[in-house]
Amino acid sequence: MNPFVRCLLVTAAIQAATAAIPTGAFANDDILKNQKDPSNWALQLGNYAGQRYSTLDQITRDNVKNLRPVWQFSTGVLRGHEGGPIVVGDTMYISTPFPNNVYALDLNDNGRIKWKYEPRQDSSVIPVMCCDTVTRGVAVAGNKLFLGQADNTLVALDTETGKVLWSAKNGDASKGETLTAAPLVVKDKVYVGISGGEFGVRGHLTAYDINSGKMVWRAYSTGPDKDVMIDPQKTMMLGKPIGEPDLGIKTWPADQWKIGGGTTWGWYTYDPDLNLIYYGTGNPGTWNPAQRAVDKDRAKSDNKWSMTIFARDADTGQAKWVFQKTPFDEWDYDGVNENILADVTVGGAKRKALINFDRNGFAYTIDRTNGELLVAQKYDPSVNWASEIDMKTGRPKVNDKYSTFAQGEDHNTTGVCPAALGSKDQQPASYSPDSGLIYVPTNHICMDYEPFKVEYSAGQPYVGATLSMYPAPDSHGGMGNFIAWDPSAGKIVWSKPERFAVWSGALSTKGGVGFYGTLEGYLKAFDLKDGKDLYNFKTSSGIIGNVNTYMHKGKQYIAVLSGVGGWAGIGLAAGLTGEQEGLGAVGAHKALGEYTQLGGTLTVFALPDTQ
Amino acid sequence: MPKYLIGLCAAVGFTATVTLGTAFGQQDAAQKPEQSPTPPNQTQTAQTPATQSPTTQAPTGGNAAQEAKVADPEELVDDQGVPLYAVRDGKVDQGTYNGYRRYASSCHVCHGPDGLGSSFAPALADSLKRMDYWQFTDVVTNGRKNMGATGDKVMPTFGSDPNVMLNLADIYRYLKARSDDKIGRGRPERFKAPS
Repeated sequence: MNPFVRCLLVTAAIQAATAAIPTGAFANDDILKNQKDPSNWALQLGNYAGQRYSTLDQITRDNVKNLRPVWQFSTGVLRGHEGGPIVVGDTMYISTPFPNNVYALDLNDNGRIKWKYEPRQDSSVIPVMCCDTVTRGVAVAGNKLFLGQADNTLVALDTETGKVLWSAKNGDASKGETLTAAPLVVKDKVYVGISGGEFGVRGHLTAYDINSGKMVWRAYSTGPDKDVMIDPQKTMMLGKPIGEPDLGIKTWPADQWKIGGGTTWGWYTYDPDLNLIYYGTGNPGTWNPAQRAVDKDRAKSDNKWSMTIFARDADTGQAKWVFQKTPFDEWDYDGVNENILADVTVGGAKRKALINFDRNGFAYTIDRTNGELLVAQKYDPSVNWASEIDMKTGRPKVNDKYSTFAQGEDHNTTGVCPAALGSKDQQPASYSPDSGLIYVPTNHICMDYEPFKVEYSAGQPYVGATLSMYPAPDSHGGMGNFIAWDPSAGKIVWSKPERFAVWSGALSTKGGVGFYGTLEGYLKAFDLKDGKDLYNFKTSSGIIGNVNTYMHKGKQYIAVLSGVGGWAGIGLAAGLTGEQEGLGAVGAHKALGEYTQLGGTLTVFALPDTQ
Repeated sequence: MPKYLIGLCAAVGFTATVTLGTAFGQQDAAQKPEQSPTPPNQTQTAQTPATQSPTTQAPTGGNAAQEAKVADPEELVDDQGVPLYAVRDGKVDQGTYNGYRRYASSCHVCHGPDGLGSSFAPALADSLKRMDYWQFTDVVTNGRKNMGATGDKVMPTFGSDPNVMLNLADIYRYLKARSDDKIGRGRPERFKAPS
């Protein structure tokens, strides 16, 4: 049967089946309840606010040294394992890279497999996944589990049986579109983004009805206001209405916006009080800025709304406010990183804030009610492409020496910090309400960047630049730092060097201890006070997944997926160029391949029972 | 075929066929007394004896292409039509340099920096030790699937991608030079026009 017809029939059957069930309760009532109970790890980012913080406190800075692995589970899949386990009640849900298997593991029975979902996907999608066949995990709401498959299929599975309830097609792999992001569920909608920024994909965020799988709205990242779901008279930018219509067309040459990128493969957060969802759009396509310049003039070429934080009404999708971090990107500072929601004091006043650690090396603290910029500072001292962010315009003051546009096509612009990987990539940070600080896994890598002209061809790479990356010069020689950040002051509180980029999502807990993984494969516990290493264990493969915690039968556990890959695995497997730059102790060896190999494994840690 | 030359030549100050001809002429002269295996020229600094003739990398013809005349990069091929690279004093011909850039744009994202492979796709600097130009062309043009216990490896078809197909010979030149350890990691330098 034609899959589309089958999908329609299945959808129809589901609608018929669910018609009899009262569906008055919204799924996010259930999610809100689940995330309030610290026994669960209910969302990929811990809660709607994206804080990755847990009030569990059995594991403390004093006893964490006794931590040990208590069970493991092979996912049976190699390749990069991003995202992490979801725990709701007695069940843990994990998903794998392509072919995107999902396992429901019974915590009452030592992780016995309750069910396994194994989709059949055309392998031709593999090579259009720019940076490995990753997925950033599943979402669970009520009796449904949502998974974005590589081949752009969004599926809803029954959490009890793993049976497909409905599926929807969100994109077309033959155009380079893929799906890697974790969905987010709010009320009766599930939101998914799209990947393919290196293939000339036109990004969008799409809302589907959780019961029927029907598309409710789709908000593009580029193009006319109608498509972007902007009202220039109402949608705010820097505290004022945007005013001018259709900037999503005017800030591009000719029809370039149609292949303009702005993909949405990062994380989505939600404020239930404001009823706003937040997410970032990625880099404009191509990486060669000259092809995106209007009249060869940077000032006319913002390439909106790439590189933009969107706040949208969760119901209608209408944009409430926008903030473009890197207008006219010239470095691939793909602006999709998570927006952490926290109430922080800025200039003596308590603000409903949003904190974003952008790839471009600046950390932004923004008023999440209206998009007003409060703080913007570098969170890695090596950042040099811009000297500062103008607090009035929100624009970076670009240093022409590191401007790949000013230096020109076919010119190798050297010494740009950060590299295209950004000072931070997709690895989500963690905010502790106890300390008021954010614990951030970062990259410490710089680059040479030479843009050149490329042709667009559907489904083919649309890059147009050559890059060499190397550890940040004149530093500790390592390629990463793990830092604590003060979002009120915009200052690094402490920073510890890492040999490799830290590509794993962080966790902070009420026990005063935090966790993250490293590319060599270490799970590390650190003291939230000063970053001091309190415990480490080398898992079977490099960690690019996010560390989670949950409680089962009164006992706290730490869980993480190992499985090296992702862009880190591609860029760092063989080490970087410019080894001579990294003479520090940390950077003595740089080929990740010398430390770890592929392999997906879940590892669960706990304190000994006698503790 | 090589339309790329039009854009690149204008942009990089690669001036004339005459210049390149001279450069290769010098190389040919320098290569004669050379001993056979030379260490990888990682630093790309001038170790004059470490240069190699284009001939050592002809995957099919052995020494048949020894006397490959090099007047124009378009003709930098052996008598079987296999593209040849040239390295002199650690510097490369324009085609090989172009191949480096095109590799970085279209191939790097899976095959890793400098042809060294990644957790996702094999090291082409290694693959080209076993694969000849015609096999290389076939796989790039038509793609390939390797399904196995270690996960599916899928090479896409680049047959419709002008960024790859119009630069295929150059990408091969670059990777072959990497495979033969004749150039190191990172950006190779081009022959400069003598001033």
